[in-house]
Amino acid sequence: MRGGRRFLGVNWLAAYVALYVTFLYLPVLLLPLFSFNDSAVPNFPLSGFTWKWYSGLFATPAMLDAAKNSAMVGLAAAVTSTLLGICAARAITRYRFRGQKAMSGLIMAPLVLPEIIIAVALLLVMLRLGLELSLLSVVLGHVLICVPYSVTVLIAGFEGFDRSLEEASADLGETAFGTFRRVTLPMVAPAIVSSLLVSFIISLDEFILAFFLTGTESTLPVYIWGQLRFAARLPGVLALGTIMLILSFILLTIAEIYRRRAARRANVDGGILA
Amino acid sequence: MSVAVDGAPSTRPAILSTEQRQGLALMSPTFLFALVMLAAPIIVVVAHSFWTQDYLTIDRTFTLDNYRIALTEPIYRDLLMRSLALSMSVAFLTMVLAYPVAYYISFHGGRYKGLLLFLITIPAWTSYLLRVMSWKVILGYNGVLNTALLGAGIIDEPSTAFLYNSNAVLITLTHAWAVFAILPIYVSLEKVDRTLIEAATDLGDGPLRRFLRVTLPLTVPGIVAALIIVMIPTVGDYVTPRLVGGKDGVMIAGAIEVQFKKGANWPLGAALSVTTMIVITTVAVSCVGLLRWAAGRIR
Repeated sequence: MRGGRRFLGVNWLAAYVALYVTFLYLPVLLLPLFSFNDSAVPNFPLSGFTWKWYSGLFATPAMLDAAKNSAMVGLAAAVTSTLLGICAARAITRYRFRGQKAMSGLIMAPLVLPEIIIAVALLLVMLRLGLELSLLSVVLGHVLICVPYSVTVLIAGFEGFDRSLEEASADLGETAFGTFRRVTLPMVAPAIVSSLLVSFIISLDEFILAFFLTGTESTLPVYIWGQLRFAARLPGVLALGTIMLILSFILLTIAEIYRRRAARRANVDGGILA
Repeated sequence: MSVAVDGAPSTRPAILSTEQRQGLALMSPTFLFALVMLAAPIIVVVAHSFWTQDYLTIDRTFTLDNYRIALTEPIYRDLLMRSLALSMSVAFLTMVLAYPVAYYISFHGGRYKGLLLFLITIPAWTSYLLRVMSWKVILGYNGVLNTALLGAGIIDEPSTAFLYNSNAVLITLTHAWAVFAILPIYVSLEKVDRTLIEAATDLGDGPLRRFLRVTLPLTVPGIVAALIIVMIPTVGDYVTPRLVGGKDGVMIAGAIEVQFKKGANWPLGAALSVTTMIVITTVAVSCVGLLRWAAGRIR
């Protein structure tokens, strides 16, 4: 690693980066810190170590229900958006056809639309059609915003994929579906796992759409939003946040490992040997 | 290797049409989903913005009244202008703060590039609500910042100046969107041909000149992407203004929410949404044009 330029004996660029990373991590690391603090007010100096906010959390049925809802919504959104993502990513990387740009433009649009606009538009349609708001409407909304991320991850997995392997399989008498299942799928499996995990994390943390589209049942972020009105509940929320943070971190690390594996496979010549 | 694959579709029209059909068929489930769940709802919103609401029934006579209210009524006009100014400031600040970080990773990251990028992404994946909440804890009256400043003897009593204003919104959003600025700039820095920089050095350019005349203009696409990726979503942010914004930090998303929840006035809410979208898109497109022009001038 080549160092940056020095002035007065200090590498200013590296120092700035360190400061910036501190700025990025400071609010995130305060959550776990205060979640173990004995005082109900998150403040320094810390007043003692406690597990009580965590144990209190598991004695809260509303929180457990929200967690269950979030898990179901996340699972459904992850599977659906990955399936839709596979279709789109495969079509984009494998085929050339008229209208491709426009179609993928619409599919990727949620990335560059304010979420409140998407939420309001979906809410309006659901209400006009007289549909009951439920966890299903939340899932549909989450799928919409997860698909662009799925497509991005999957395109990376599909790109540079050696098509001669598929042709070889077809030449050897395998059916189209057989080729997909036995040749294509194993090659792109890391990208698929990565897409599932990324979509799940997005759904788990997504608030605005869930807030607008949920009926009587809440997901974790909606539950947290409700708790934020009461100052006394804050430590419990911080404990819950810490658990979610750790869960996100674990899933993200696994997703990253798979994403890199996918990228490596796609880039290396004769990837099956590696 | 992949060149041959990309160039493969031969001149035979029969194969092309099969290719077309297969591609369209494969793309259609995802496309139809986006059509039904995104395009159609937005069209419905646009339609509503031209109607009026009489209690809970919708009057479908065409009118521009909602837009007149959205654009001239001081509350909405000010909210929109404030949201726009704030999201532009956030985008600009985030981009300026992120550039050196992306530069460092790209030019000095060596074999740690991947790890550094991963470390920078982690905070962005933690619950947005909780990060905003955390800023509330930091900036509050009894908060971490005040405690630290008191302890250091810089102030004598806690300050209320940090929380519940537009600066708090600015800080929180700049934190939340950092990675969305770093990544596109990093990607464009990676594409900069290093031999061009060596050439500039050989021709006698110093580090600053070399950066301003070679690296910076070549990374304009990344800068543009960073600005747009941050500016557009933040203009409609709802959570941060509500939690840390206070009276001065209220933004347009709050007004839109009020019009939609409890059946208040859907057409007005729709007009506010459409106006916000049009205004932000116009600003974003102008930014792109301006930056491209500026990059052309530097060279």
